[in-house]
Amino acid sequence: MSNYIINHLKELESEAIFVIREIAAQFENPVLLFSGGKDSILLTHLAKKAFYPAKIPFPLIHIDTGHNFPETIAFRDDLVEKLGVKLIVGSVQEAIDNGRAKEETGADASRNSLQIVSLLDALEKFKVDAAMGGARRDEEKARAKERFFSHRDEFGQWDPKNQRPELWNLFNGRKNYGEHFRVFPISNWTEMDVWEYIKLENIDLPSLYFSHQRDCVVRDGVILANSEFIKLKEGEEVVNMTIRYRTCGDMPITGAVESEANDLEKIIEEIATTRTTERGGRADDKRAETAMEDRKKQGYF
Amino acid sequence: MDYKDIELLRFTTAGSVDDGKSTLIGRLLYDSKSIFQDQLDAVEESSKSKGFDYVDLSLLTDGLKSEREQGITIDVAYRYFATPKRKFIIADTPGHIQYTRNMVTGASTANLAIILIDARKGMLEQTHRHAFIASLLRIPHAIVCVNKMDLVDYNEEVYNNIVSNFKSFSSKLGIKDIQFIPISALNGDNVVNRSENMNWYQGSTLMYHLETVHISSDHNLVDCRFPIQSVIRPHTLENQDYRGFAGRIDGGVFKPGDKVKSLPSGFVSTIKTIELNGEQISEAFAPMSVTMTLEDEIDNSRGDMIVRENNVPEIGQDLEVLVTWMSSRPIQARTKVVVKHTTNESIGMIKELKYKIDINTLHRIEKIDKVEMNEIARMSIRTAKPMFYDAYKRNRQTGSIIIIDEQTNETIGAGMII
Repeated sequence: MSNYIINHLKELESEAIFVIREIAAQFENPVLLFSGGKDSILLTHLAKKAFYPAKIPFPLIHIDTGHNFPETIAFRDDLVEKLGVKLIVGSVQEAIDNGRAKEETGADASRNSLQIVSLLDALEKFKVDAAMGGARRDEEKARAKERFFSHRDEFGQWDPKNQRPELWNLFNGRKNYGEHFRVFPISNWTEMDVWEYIKLENIDLPSLYFSHQRDCVVRDGVILANSEFIKLKEGEEVVNMTIRYRTCGDMPITGAVESEANDLEKIIEEIATTRTTERGGRADDKRAETAMEDRKKQGYF
Repeated sequence: MDYKDIELLRFTTAGSVDDGKSTLIGRLLYDSKSIFQDQLDAVEESSKSKGFDYVDLSLLTDGLKSEREQGITIDVAYRYFATPKRKFIIADTPGHIQYTRNMVTGASTANLAIILIDARKGMLEQTHRHAFIASLLRIPHAIVCVNKMDLVDYNEEVYNNIVSNFKSFSSKLGIKDIQFIPISALNGDNVVNRSENMNWYQGSTLMYHLETVHISSDHNLVDCRFPIQSVIRPHTLENQDYRGFAGRIDGGVFKPGDKVKSLPSGFVSTIKTIELNGEQISEAFAPMSVTMTLEDEIDNSRGDMIVRENNVPEIGQDLEVLVTWMSSRPIQARTKVVVKHTTNESIGMIKELKYKIDINTLHRIEKIDKVEMNEIARMSIRTAKPMFYDAYKRNRQTGSIIIIDEQTNETIGAGMII
């Protein structure tokens, strides 16, 4: 191998840092959408690297559904303090309380799609013109067609048939008043890349990602954490299991995997041999074949 | 396997409707075991409900609702897979004529193009178009896959004819490295595994080519180009005087101690440090993102470029450009536009439309008064301020521009500087 080759993780890092710096340069009020999941933690880490020794020049925004894992919230607060960066919290509970959003009912009720309202409200309130997120194209088939710089009209909608072409490394962030962009700096990363990089860079993660004991309910083949947000259906029972999470969404919809992997090395080994996608355990994606595309058109991340 | 030390290969696939492109990608993913069980289950389910006799691997890549309904790919979709040797990013683009802009988009970041030909049909106009676009976008490597060999009884003569037709066409194009492979994407012949049906073919499989093609010289390592994205000024007590230039290297090799020149000011200084996240870097080259500090206080800002003193790019306001038009509104001369080049941006004017290229015959069409969507034309563009550029054939990054509509802000053209 020649000396002037960088390996794929460094190339992906370099691409993501380039995109993050473009966001900071091209927009007036960018924010980083922080979900508390590993992808947004990775994104925050890359943002830190992009501007070091200066601090991250934009706030993190977290849409709190009220159904988050307590571990996620604790981790978020700790990270924000360490980086000295501003945190904005948008609350789904607040949107429900003031009638902006209506809670779903039934045993499978989730607040996942309610995030759209709170997210759009928060973006408007803070006059955000670019919201960057840790979405990846390998996660889901609608996301495979997403641009790095994804234009949203004044209603926050995505029009997959009328996307701006994206060539070379020239990103067009020009927009009209009231429109905004979603930007995805780690578009080209796969789940494996994320884990390899987290290991390479020794990035801290919430304990949820590592093997632990938890009371769970198995519903439609998905292992859900038992919590106050979940109503047991007939015939379901609470079982104590050894699990970990591959993604972190809300407690009532994020499926766990049975796993003994308690460090990064073992997690990577597990992913290398695993046969289901990480969103395979997401109940929100299972509602319809095009569930993600439909939500994205409305403004979901 | 040491996953950390593998290279990244970006390739694009061009094919016409029905020549099996999605099936080929599905096959690559399937045979390299990059498809997860739940994805496969979903595709099997879908195939069954459509009444197919076999699992339609193309359903793996056709992502959007409208495409699934029409059974065609309408936009660039990106796919990922890895083998122990390399990691791959596929830009999967549709082949029919109204989507030339998507093909150009997919090709702009690719190291390699896979051009698919249906063995029963041979070279079509669309094949010409795909090959031309690959050469126009200076994709360094091309692999021509003659697909559906199973439907011509794996006949060697059919294959040889197509290869020789392609060669006589492509001799005009100047693609440096072209390989030919007879395959059946549906049955997997010569995709990942060697075919048992074509003993006359002595070459290697598609996957072997993808894993071994030499890509380390695809970047320009000669002409040092560092467009500045932003200036990092921490304004903290311990870093009061810190002034770092953030950017991604577009060409050449930079080292601390190098004498450099800043454009447009022309000031000369010496590189003090190259770093990222406080870690010092001894040699920086494309496509690395770094932060550079200089010995002297030079007032650089976004859009400026740091180069070597004795190797500067072209500096000027008049660009000769081959443009792919991407907007449904045609363009005419004397139109005002925005030109984006590296991290620089300027107002510009389309001064003259010189000729169009018929992408099927490669003939020039002179005396034109407008250029329409999916057409490729040579134009002269004048910018309001000087740009620092190289010819596209010398550097794909510093030789490319996008053209933006001043009113709608849409990207309406993609240009390669001559």
